[in-house]
Amino acid sequence: MKVLAGEDMSGGYGGADILHGCTVRVEAGEIVVIVGPNGAGKSTAMRAIFGMIDLNRGRVMLDDADITGLSMRERVRRGMAFVPQTANVFSGMTVRENLEMGAFLRRDDTSATLAGVLELFPVLKDKLRQPAGELSGGQRQQVAVARALMTEPDVLMLDEPTAGVSPIVMDDLFDRIIGIRTSGVAVLMVEQNAAQALAVADRGYVLVTGENRHTASGRELLADDNVRRSFLGG
Amino acid sequence: MDDLLNAGALFANFVLVPGISYGSQLALCALGLTIIFGILRFANFAHGDVMAFGTMATIFATWLFQDLGLTIRPLPTALIAMPAGIAAAIGICLATDRCVYRFHRRKRSPAIMFVIASFGVMLVMNGLVRMVIGTKDRSFDDGARFILKVREFRDATGLQEGLAIKVSQGLTVAVTCIAGTLLFWFLQHARTGKAMRAWSDNEDLALLSGVSPERVVMVAWLISATLATVAGTLYGLDKSFKPYTYFHLLLPTFAAAIVGGIGHPLGAVIGGYVVAFSEIALTYAYRKFLIYLGPEGWQPEGLVQVLATEYKFAVSFIILIVVLLIRPTGIFRGKVI
Repeated sequence: MKVLAGEDMSGGYGGADILHGCTVRVEAGEIVVIVGPNGAGKSTAMRAIFGMIDLNRGRVMLDDADITGLSMRERVRRGMAFVPQTANVFSGMTVRENLEMGAFLRRDDTSATLAGVLELFPVLKDKLRQPAGELSGGQRQQVAVARALMTEPDVLMLDEPTAGVSPIVMDDLFDRIIGIRTSGVAVLMVEQNAAQALAVADRGYVLVTGENRHTASGRELLADDNVRRSFLGG
Repeated sequence: MDDLLNAGALFANFVLVPGISYGSQLALCALGLTIIFGILRFANFAHGDVMAFGTMATIFATWLFQDLGLTIRPLPTALIAMPAGIAAAIGICLATDRCVYRFHRRKRSPAIMFVIASFGVMLVMNGLVRMVIGTKDRSFDDGARFILKVREFRDATGLQEGLAIKVSQGLTVAVTCIAGTLLFWFLQHARTGKAMRAWSDNEDLALLSGVSPERVVMVAWLISATLATVAGTLYGLDKSFKPYTYFHLLLPTFAAAIVGGIGHPLGAVIGGYVVAFSEIALTYAYRKFLIYLGPEGWQPEGLVQVLATEYKFAVSFIILIVVLLIRPTGIFRGKVI
């Protein structure tokens, strides 16, 4: 049973802190969504959890281990995977090479994982030899998620996976993400399309100026008039 | 008919053969430069002096081997001395990386800082080489001179014009083919090679995939220093070794890497040949060549030379400027500096 938690995190990119005591927690088999207005520190919280920025206060726990000071490489090794919002594929490399890079730290046979990932994203089957940079936005997004899944992670972190893709592709991606949760992976994501994301979320965090404002199940947050009016556009 | 063949032989002897060999040397230089650019993301001004340093070490090893009587005639001794030179060049590259570049990497300094730092490294290395081995011209080719001699060619074909192929030229082409093939195989298929391409493509995502930055950087220096030493030794065998000449090679090397698309290995190879052939074709005097091709008894006025050989560096400059103005990404759409 994997539990990933960023506890009481404060930090930023060197200047003033962006996060102010923010706490986020995700368990195996859960989809947890972070929503909030622009500049609330949603992506920063994700980056902090993955060790891409240093924390001034707080810690990151994976199960019972404090991983606050670990390198990204070590976090990947411990079962964490991250899909950034932009530049999330190796555009000059083929789709197959992208997936291979996802499994870079694995020394065992990855062909079963590859087959499983291609089952989840069948579109990619015919594109394996094509450079990822030549794919459409939605397909690229699929490559990005597929790359992250190649390590067979326990925790998958997605930073706005549906940014800039068409509504149909977006529905499709959400379906896939639900499929990933079903396989027992903990999914933590930041989403711009808050209403749709919260509808599939087991838990949602509303961040405002780097602090936790509301925390509840996705359905409760959607039903909360206050949250709806302030953050979900009515 | 004979005139046509004579013109062909003349052209092959003075443009084609030297062009292929000089182009191969530049290709190796540019590959080393482009690898560092792809991984560390800065234009390494010290590359020419890494070449000089590696070649110097090769020369010392050559002398040692000659003293010990270890020679491989008809091939030059430098060929078996090269591993020592490569080791020395790798050593100095890793040492400078540790002392100079790592600090800036950790600080995430802008690329211009790296470039200026490499300029300093260039001056230090340049001085070091000149102090240790001196500024004189040195010839260290002790193998056989020719694969094909002018006289042999004339006797075999009955033509007036001769064609000579030096051992060093044949060696250059052979070694370039081997080194190039190994490098491309490594980048395409080896685990570390793929990690390097991934790093060059998208540094952050490579980090997220678990690629170790220090390791990728180390391998980049390894490859770059090896290629620099190989290129330098071949150039030295072909012409001669003079520290100042190697410093000058930096310009055509940059031109080659940028023409091909900097950060793009195949581009560097093609760029090397483009620059070499432009330099040689523009500074060759076509007078005799045209006499063979023109009507009987006709002679062109002057040497029919586009540029005097003293201006051969101008060719690199012109190529560099034209490429940067018209297609800054180069032939293969490399990165824009």
